[in-house]
Order: sequence, then structure tokens, then C-alpha cells
Amino acid sequence: MGSNMAENHPVGFQWVMEARLKGARVIHVDPRFTRTSAAANLFVSIRAGTDIAFLGGVVNYILENERWFDEYVKHYTNAPVIIDERFKDTEDLDGFFSGFDPEARVYDTSTWHYSGLPVQETAGERSKGGTKGEQSGHGAQAGQFVHGEPPEEDPTLQHPRCVFQLLRKHFRRYTPELVSRVCGCTKEQFLEVAEALCENSGRERTSAIVYSVGWTQHTVGVQYIRTAAIVQLLLGNIGRPGGGIVALRGHASIQGSTDMATLYNILPGYMPMPHAKQDTDLATYIDNHSSTIGWWGHFDAFFTSQLKAFWGEHATKENDFCFDYLPRINADHSTYQTAFDMLDGKVTGFFLLGENPGVGSSHAKLQRLALASLDWLVVRDLYEIESASFWKDAPELETGELETEKIGTEVFLMPAAAHVEKDGAFTNTQRLLQWHFKALEPEGDRRSELWFMYHLGRKLREKLADSDDPRDKPLLELAWQYATSGPYEDPSADQVLREINGVGPDGSALGTYADLKSDGSTASGCWLYVGSYADEENKPARKVPGQEQDWIAKKWGWAWPLNRRILYNRASADPEGKPWSERKKLVWWDTAQKKWVGADNPDFQEEKPPTYVPPNGARAENAIAGDHPFILQSDGRGWLFAAAGLMDGPMPTHYEPHESPFSNPLYSQRSNPTRQLFARRENPYNPAESDAYPYVVWTYRLTEHHTAGGMTRTLPYLAELQPEFFCEVSPELADERELEHGGWATIVTARTAIEARVLVTERMKPLVVDGRKVHHVGVPYHWGTRGLTTGDSGNDLFPVALDPNVHIQEVKAATCDIRPGRRPRGKALTELVASYPRTVGDEA
Amino acid sequence: MKPGDGVETYEAEAQPRLGFFTDTSVCIGCKACEVACKEWNLVPEDGLAWTGHSYDNTGELNANTWRHVAFIEQQAPDPIKQGKQDFRWLMESDVCKHCTHAGCLDVCPTGAIFRTEFGTVVIQDDVCNGCGYCVTACPFGVIGKRERAAASSPAGAGRTSGQSPDVLQTAVASDGLGVIGKRERAAASSPAGAGRTSGQSPDVLQTAVASDGLGAITKRELGGDGGMHKCTLCYDRLQNGMEPACAKACPTDSIQFGPLDELVERARERCGDLVEAGVSEARLYLADENDGIGGAGAFFLLLDEPEVYGLPPQPIVPTKNLGTIWGAAAVAAGALAVGVAAAFLRGEE
Repeated sequence: MGSNMAENHPVGFQWVMEARLKGARVIHVDPRFTRTSAAANLFVSIRAGTDIAFLGGVVNYILENERWFDEYVKHYTNAPVIIDERFKDTEDLDGFFSGFDPEARVYDTSTWHYSGLPVQETAGERSKGGTKGEQSGHGAQAGQFVHGEPPEEDPTLQHPRCVFQLLRKHFRRYTPELVSRVCGCTKEQFLEVAEALCENSGRERTSAIVYSVGWTQHTVGVQYIRTAAIVQLLLGNIGRPGGGIVALRGHASIQGSTDMATLYNILPGYMPMPHAKQDTDLATYIDNHSSTIGWWGHFDAFFTSQLKAFWGEHATKENDFCFDYLPRINADHSTYQTAFDMLDGKVTGFFLLGENPGVGSSHAKLQRLALASLDWLVVRDLYEIESASFWKDAPELETGELETEKIGTEVFLMPAAAHVEKDGAFTNTQRLLQWHFKALEPEGDRRSELWFMYHLGRKLREKLADSDDPRDKPLLELAWQYATSGPYEDPSADQVLREINGVGPDGSALGTYADLKSDGSTASGCWLYVGSYADEENKPARKVPGQEQDWIAKKWGWAWPLNRRILYNRASADPEGKPWSERKKLVWWDTAQKKWVGADNPDFQEEKPPTYVPPNGARAENAIAGDHPFILQSDGRGWLFAAAGLMDGPMPTHYEPHESPFSNPLYSQRSNPTRQLFARRENPYNPAESDAYPYVVWTYRLTEHHTAGGMTRTLPYLAELQPEFFCEVSPELADERELEHGGWATIVTARTAIEARVLVTERMKPLVVDGRKVHHVGVPYHWGTRGLTTGDSGNDLFPVALDPNVHIQEVKAATCDIRPGRRPRGKALTELVASYPRTVGDEA
Repeated sequence: MKPGDGVETYEAEAQPRLGFFTDTSVCIGCKACEVACKEWNLVPEDGLAWTGHSYDNTGELNANTWRHVAFIEQQAPDPIKQGKQDFRWLMESDVCKHCTHAGCLDVCPTGAIFRTEFGTVVIQDDVCNGCGYCVTACPFGVIGKRERAAASSPAGAGRTSGQSPDVLQTAVASDGLGVIGKRERAAASSPAGAGRTSGQSPDVLQTAVASDGLGAITKRELGGDGGMHKCTLCYDRLQNGMEPACAKACPTDSIQFGPLDELVERARERCGDLVEAGVSEARLYLADENDGIGGAGAFFLLLDEPEVYGLPPQPIVPTKNLGTIWGAAAVAAGALAVGVAAAFLRGEE
């Protein structure tokens, strides 16, 4: 669901096809019939933006038909835990949970906590500070656990305030009838999927759920995945072979860049970026973010080691290990807020590395206007992409919204080396690091990112060498010594991996994050990657073929953490430590050896017996009981109910997309009340349920092109395969709007209007939702003004309306109008758009 | 499966017949085969026209397309979904069939088309004079002519990357697309895997690729050699013990490569499994040595009639009846002669 795996992850999809050949049933639930649907055993079409209703229906089906994996649920999830008596559900408050502040549009999450635990939760406090979601919660709910268990539980799952009963009440109205009414599929189709999942789960069998940006890119994106987590926990499909939730990433190493803190609010290894007001010194910061229970109990060791990796000998206990050298955050500095900050002159310089927001980001037009407001811009890419050339060819030049002469941005275009021209590791979806070796030297001025960053740092440090200004010290004292080689003095990627892995007091590579210390005696760039260079060996570079090792193939590359291939795999055994079944065994407790053994490396303390009961006052991993597999959670359990860490609710709720032709059939609250909107003239929204925008529209990718197209529109062999921007519509919509197959259509939203060739196809089908027929318009987003094939950018259509937890844009469901023919040129274009209704901010 | 016509001339050098089994039931339409083929064989880009025909902007096999993924959108029961869906989207990667009895080879007047020691059918483009007989002799419409530079569209003028088209053309022509005749091969006798192709300098190839800069060559930049082109089953890779580029790139093993006997056996098993699983229309296409082309070196598992995929249901090598035709002609000529003679005889009466 929410994934077009065959088209966008064709190499990974080989394993799905192999599984299908071996008898696995492949089910695809998606608005559009894609190449994935073609390869699936069952395809169910649902309205874009309704996946929570569908999955919530599955949750309800499991609960009402007693299909949950009882032993798994009772022992491994927080189903028995009793929640604070002040908690109120959306069923009580018509679409709101308790704690909502209508002024600030944020939740005080203190009523969502476990009953009997003191309120101590960082994310909620931060939200009161006026910023949303800039601190990622670890589920680190500290408190007074009794022998590792929350103080109030009901193992019979009957207490009205236990998670199990709250879940049942929350999803009770998500009946097959409601699913059909909201999603537009038939009741029978829904039941077939729900039953297939239940049938294929349990002791003997497991089911996996695959998702991609079709789930994440919504104003309730995080809650989409939460719903899947609930389904998988109820069915016992987490931590077991063939189970799990597979989050497919859209680029070769997006997982790696996230691990290494590509986001503004985290440091490598998912540690929070310090907050200017709340994290005043190291002790306070550690106190704010560590947990007494679970592996986050070693937060101080992970963090101190990172500071040692950054500043080496300069980081000492006396100077808080250079904690004050770290930049601070005090608000939302995510990509969309930053674009507005550019427009407002608050951000004047910008680096773009391997990203093309002028095509690839929601409301791409806004992005181009923002880039044109900068003083300087550095773009590193393979080609001169639209985000570098906007000053001479942006569509806004034609409409008069930009004038080249008036754009002051100085653009520095730095040619980048391709992946075959540099060494390095890709970290993929399953946390697997795979090393790639340089095949040839880059030509001309092309250089690797590593080269660029290292030499930029080196040159800055040389220029500042004589400075005694305190503000230059963080740069001057950086540990910045790397061996270089080759004609361009490329720094050693291997050495960087070793630095990320970390070293002990004797300078040798560390083997496990358990050896990290908070006293400054160890250094490690990212605690999750400790072990990737164990025994002084570049483990990701191991390439032992599958047929030369056992089925789990631990000698191919290296997976974090500690080469564990399936996370939380303690759950593959029952509470006593025995495999749930012979067929699905993975790791188990060997009573003779007194340790966990099996095909995979156990994601658990190797010698902790299943019977282990933590003494009161135990800390960190020692506070987790022997039958609780989820070792990063403070209670060691999978959370059906997220008592902390989320901005928009402890349980997922169906809300309509921000732009939707429908009201919410469940609540009078239409959309996620905490979604992040920007009430600005440059960012108008389509009014909800507006007749002017009757159709549902979303963006997607095609196999033949890659994201914003910079790497594919420029290549003849790929450009010729999908040589023109097109939109996909059903024959019914084509009739309704007189769209001609092969002709042109103009698609209109409050942002702009774009034109595309029309592909009329029966793969697009109108759905009947709430008694009304709804049409979809499909828009691949690869095109822009440059390359061998050019066209309007699909992302120009979409607004900046974001998920409150992670600031991701809603481009997988919005509304539009579509008309036959090409769009107007020049000022006539802006006049057409102005003739449509618009709102600013949330007037719904 | 019979060896291809003419393999016996290799005598001791004849190799087990190699070919493709294309299993359309696992094709996901990614077109990696099309791209890998063009990359390896330096086949030019074939135009940037959007067809509006499903996701197929390639259109057909021709001189500049040696693998073509067909997309068939239809209102018909989906075989993979056991008929539960009344709509289906079939995909099939088409290629030269490397027929056992190859019409193109039979009619080629210059000897440019030959049977390799692997039983595959290859055009030597340094011998081909572009006469085009092979085009009409192919029951599948596989072969096409790469028009000469002068005839190519001037539309590419603005797109060239600055180098002289002649340089590229020369490079590619001397490359010969990896096609080495038996004699040359014997003379070169390079160890397997030594170079990308035996018999010519790999440097030439490298130059061609490097001077393009984009790693791909467009028709307009390249011009054409005026010769006929089609899939070589990556003859150069075969000679070096490698599988063809398309099979190597196929992520789902829809394109399988290997000794033909093994492929046919595997395909029969796979087809049987599918039929047993309820995909009743699953069938092998061109795997029968008694068909009109004597079976093919590249055969297919289809999920419906060949016509659904645009393939001829009963292809027959056009030269099959050549003997009969000549015989009939001889009979007719004889009859004519007898008639004429009779007339004279009657006249004398």
C-alpha cells in the first residue's frame, strides 16, 4: 500500500516476484492500477488519502473477529497497559484527542501517558514552546516502572482504560461498510484483503507490509505508518522472518543520509539537535533526552562519543566535550519553512547537494521564487538542473512574476561526480550498508561530495588559521585529518567509515555500541554504525555471494545495528524463548548454552534469559525484562498506543487530506487538526469541498525517470522511454471534461495551472465515495524546463500543507480542476488561476 | 531443439546452442533490457516521440531497438489474478528470435548474416550493403535499416554535444558491434574475457563512448551506416563467457539466458506449473522445433494467444517452400515447353 514498488523499486521487486513464484500472495492497494498492480495477485483501488480508514478497518476486523495473536499481543505489546484516566478519545471529542489547544493547534500530550507514571515527556513541552515536531521523540517515557513493567496493567485486557480496549473503542466504527464508503472499494474487496492478512499470520506464517511515499506524503503521513504498525503488532508480524513493515526509500542512500542526520533536527544516530533554550548545557541536554530504561539509557555515552568524533582532543570533560560548539535550533527549520525564510530574507545563502526543489518539492513554483530571493546559491549536481537555472528559464519569467535582471542570486554550479566515480557506502531500506568502489576518476571539474566537503572545510580552516575569534573555534578545532590520494586528493571514504564506527581508548576500531563510554575515552560518529568497521575490517565491503553462505547472508555487506538483519528479532521466539514454530524460527534461547542463538544476530542481550525480571532501580537495557523484545522502548514493548513522541495523537484517525472534495464521514473535524499550514499569499489553498476543484490529484514517479528528472531527462536512452509530460485520466473523466487521448489538458489549482499530454487509460477508474463518483488525475512529476525532454512540473500544482511530526508535504492527495487544451501563456496564465477560488491558511 | 541451420559447419568448434527464454508472467515492464541493450551495443537513441500507447514509447523492434517491451492494456480477465479482474496489463519483452531456420540468413545475398557457433544469427555490418532483403524475409519484423547520416533528421542539430558525427560513426563502424566472423575469430583466438570484443581494439570503443560524454549515442549525432541491424544476442559477450546485457539487467529474471535445451526444459516446467495454478492460457511460443521456423533460439512464455502481443500465431520462414516453389516452377516451365512443342507438332499436322 502507498507504494508502486515494481515501478520505483524494480530491483527490490525481484524478491517480491520470487516470493510470488514460491506461492506468496501479492496484494496491491492503491488508487491507480500500476505496473505493481499488474504483477499482483489482487488489486484493490481506493481513493487517494484514505489508507488509514482502510487499515483501521483491518484493525477493527482483527479485533471484532478475534484474529489477533493473543500471546504475542499480551506479552510483546502495550495492549495490557492502563492509560491515564484523563485521556479522551476522538470518539469522545468528535475528532480530537484530549489536550488540544485550539489557539496553538497543538496537543498537550500529558493525558496520553501510562497511568501511574509521572508526567515527564519532552516532545510535548517543546511543542508548547511554539515549535512543532522539531524534536523527534524516542518513545523514551521515563518513569517508575515496577520490575520493568508499567505500574498499572490488566493482563486480561478487559480494563476499560487498557490500551487494548481503547484501541477497540477507537476503531469500532471502522466497519467494512465504512471502509467502502470512505475508500470507494467494495466491502468484499476489503474483506478479502483483511482475511488474507489474518490467514497468513500467526505461528506458522507471517505477512509483510510494504510502503513508500504514497503513505508518508500526507498531512497524516506518520499516522499511516502507525496504523500499519498496529496491524502488524496485533497479528504478530514484527521481529519475525517474512514479517515487518518495509519502508522503501526513494533514493539509493536516503536511509544512510537520514542515519547521518540529513534533517535539521537530529544529529547522526537519531539524537536530537540541541534546542537553544532548553538544552543549555551538556548535563541538561543529556537529562532532557536520555531515558533511564532501554538502550536510550546510554544516550550520554552515544552522545559524548559523537562529540569526541567531531572535536577529538579538543573535546574534554572540562569543556562539556565542546557541547557549546554545536549549533542550536529554536524553531522549525525544515525545508518548507526555510523556503519561506528565503522569501522573507531571513535565509540569504543556500547549499543544494543532489536535490532539485525547483521541480521536486511541493509548490515548486514557491521554491523557485525562494531561490530567486537568495544572495548566493551553491548547487552541486550532475547537470545544470532547474534549481540552478531558474534565473534564465523559470516559467515565472514568462508570466512576469520573475525578471532575470532583478534576480540577485549568484549561483555557483559545482559539477558532481557520479556514484561510479567515488568510493562509499549506500545504506538501503533494510539498514544494509553496501560499499561501492570507484570505477574511474571523474573528468573535468567533477568531484565527489566527500571531496567537496573535506576541501571546503580545509580551505575555511586555512583562511581562519590566525583567527582568535571564539566563533571560529568550532571550525578550527574540528577533527579534520583525513588521508588523501589520487590526482584530486580525494579523502579516504574508508577512513570516514572507520571514524563513524569509532575507536576505543587504545585507538582501535570498536566492535559494539555497548562499549561506548560517556567519559570521553571513546569516539564514534554514529552509535548505530559501531561494528561496521569491527576488527579493522570494512564490513560493508564484504561481498560473499548468497550461495556461499546461509540464507540470512550475514556476510553480504553489514546491517546496523551490529549486523542484525531483522530488528526486534527476540519476538521471533515465544515468551519462554522457544521459536513460535519450526517454519518461522529465527533466534531462540538455547538453555544448554544459556544464550540466544539462531540464524540472525539476536537483537537482544545475548545472555539475558527469557525469565529475567529486572530488579527495581535497574537502568538502561538491564531494566528490560527477558520477555520484552522492543529494546529501544522504555517498556520493551511494541506500542499499539503511542503514549509519547507524536504530535497528532496516540492512535491513528482517519482525517481527510487538507484539500479534499469530501467531508470526514467519521467526525465533524475534517482534517488533521495539528497539520502544519502556512497562511501566506504565496501559498494559497484550494477551498475544501469546492466545486471548482472537483477532482483528486497526486504525484508519482515512473520507472523510466528518477525523481526530479535531473539524472534521466538528460540521458537519451531514458528520455526516449518516457519522452513527454503526461497526465493519466479515466475514459469517464475524459468524457466528462472532453479530454482527448493524445491531446493536451490543463490542470488547475490555486497555485498555478500546468499543461500535460492526456493519457486516457482504463487503469484509472472513478470510485464511488459516500454515494458520489470521484475521479482521479494522475501526475508524474519528473519534468521541468531542462534536459532532452521538457515539460511543466507536476509539483507546481501542490500546496505547502505538512505533517506536524516530520514536516512532510501532502502531494499524494489534493484537489484540482482539469480542462481540455493547452494552458494560457504569459499573464493570461496567472489570470486563469486567479479566476479560481482560493483560501489563505486554514479557513475550513 | 535442433541446432540452428549451419552450425554444423563449425564442426568441432560448434558450441551448445544458446538463447533466451522470456517469461512474460514475471515481466514488470521496467525496460531495463531496452536500456542495457542500447548501452552495451551502442545502439542509438530512437527518437523522443510520445506515442500515447500505454507506456510503450518504443513502438517496435527495428535497427535502433533490439529489445522492445510491449504493453497491452485490455478489458479481459487478468490471468495472474485468476480472472478476478476484468482488466489486465500485460508486458512482454520482445527480441530477435534467432530462428532455427532463419529467413534473413537464407536470403542475405552478401553473406553479411551468418550463423554463429552458438547457433545465433548475426549481421556483420561491415559486410552488409543495406539491400533490405532480410527485412521482408523476417516473419517477425525484427530487422530494420539504420539510415545514413545524410538521411537523418536535421532536428538534432541543436542537440549535438559538439563533436563531429563522423568520428562517432567511424568508431562504431570499426567496432562492427562486436560481430566477428568465424575466420576472424579463429585468427584472433584471444583468451576468453581478455577484452570486450575479440578481433578489434577495445580502445576504439572506449573512444566512441567517451566522446559522447553522456554514455549514450543519439541517432542524430551518430548518423547511420545504411546497414541492417538487429539483436546479436550479444555475440561479443557470449564469446567472453558473459550473458547478454538484457538478461543481465533484467531484475525479475523474466529474461533468462542459457543453453537452449535447459531453457526449454525449465520453460515447460514453469508453464505446466502456471497452467496447474489456474493460468489456463499460459503457453510457450516458438519452443516447438516442428513449427514454421524450426523453433527459435529466443522463445517466450505468453499468457494468451500470440496475437494479443502482436506476434504472428504461426510464423513460417518464407524460404520454407523455396524448393517446392522452384519445383513447381520447373514443372510449369516443363509443361509450357511441352505445350509449345505440342503446338508446333499440331501445326505440322
